[in-house]
Amino acid sequence: MARPEPVQVIKQRRDAMLQTLVARVPYIGFLGISFERHGDELTAILPYNARNIGNPMIPAIHGGVTAAFLEVAAIIELSWAMTWEDMEAGKITEDSPRILLPKTIDFTVDYLRSGLPRDGYARARVNRSGRRYASVHVEAWQDNKSRMFAQATGHFLMPQRDG
Amino acid sequence: MSDEQHARQELLARKFIEAIPHAQELGMVITDIGAGRAVIDMPYDPRLIGDPETGVIHGGAVSALMDTCGGAAVMSHPSGPPATATLDLRIDYMRPANPGETITAVAECYHMTRSIAFVRATATDADKDRPVATATGAFTVHGGK
Repeated sequence: MARPEPVQVIKQRRDAMLQTLVARVPYIGFLGISFERHGDELTAILPYNARNIGNPMIPAIHGGVTAAFLEVAAIIELSWAMTWEDMEAGKITEDSPRILLPKTIDFTVDYLRSGLPRDGYARARVNRSGRRYASVHVEAWQDNKSRMFAQATGHFLMPQRDG
Repeated sequence: MSDEQHARQELLARKFIEAIPHAQELGMVITDIGAGRAVIDMPYDPRLIGDPETGVIHGGAVSALMDTCGGAAVMSHPSGPPATATLDLRIDYMRPANPGETITAVAECYHMTRSIAFVRATATDADKDRPVATATGAFTVHGGK
């Protein structure tokens, strides 16, 4: 019987795959968004950056940046779920990643508080994911997880997956 | 309102929008503003790509354009407030924007109460007959008359 892989090898493979996925999208780097992984759970992080300010008087994060942050979190959540499945099944490897991105159909952002000049965090929850369509909810917070500054719901067109 | 007041208000709104760091970052340019309507261009930029295989701009950048344009439309409304913030924004993506083309948003503040401004917006690329995205939003009205 084959010995199980060392935990560090598994972790390294999963983290590298996540980095590959995130690094493929220039806009994610443009906003400075990164992702933390615990098992298959992702947290998106939007570090404070003066370039992301919308209202310099308050100052507050631009509503468009908040919307983009939540949309990125939703898209990567969906893409990561597909990647994870293929990776764990041994269908893809770091050297030959097959990364599929869903397309946004619609996205509704609910602004609850102004975004402060601090780091922001977001977690997406896939409420329904079918062969063609997916519905995702995203919640974002800054200093206190119990005080969301924005939430969003979006629908996505899933990419065609062969076999 | 006199023509002079009107011109002053439009100048203020234009200056305010142009002072938004993130709007600058995205290269946004106001090409028309006034009477609750704003038009903003956002040039194509490879840093904003969302789909590396096609070079299509990320939806998030289109959201930022729609949000900025909506806010500008509210600020330019005749009974316009000195400040506004987005309460909610819904974007429908009709089709991917053609890579390499400038995206133009047109936003209209079609109703304003003492507390809320209602906005709709459309984004197009060079093909003006087929929208890339449409949006509807509600904005707060601060310190209105």
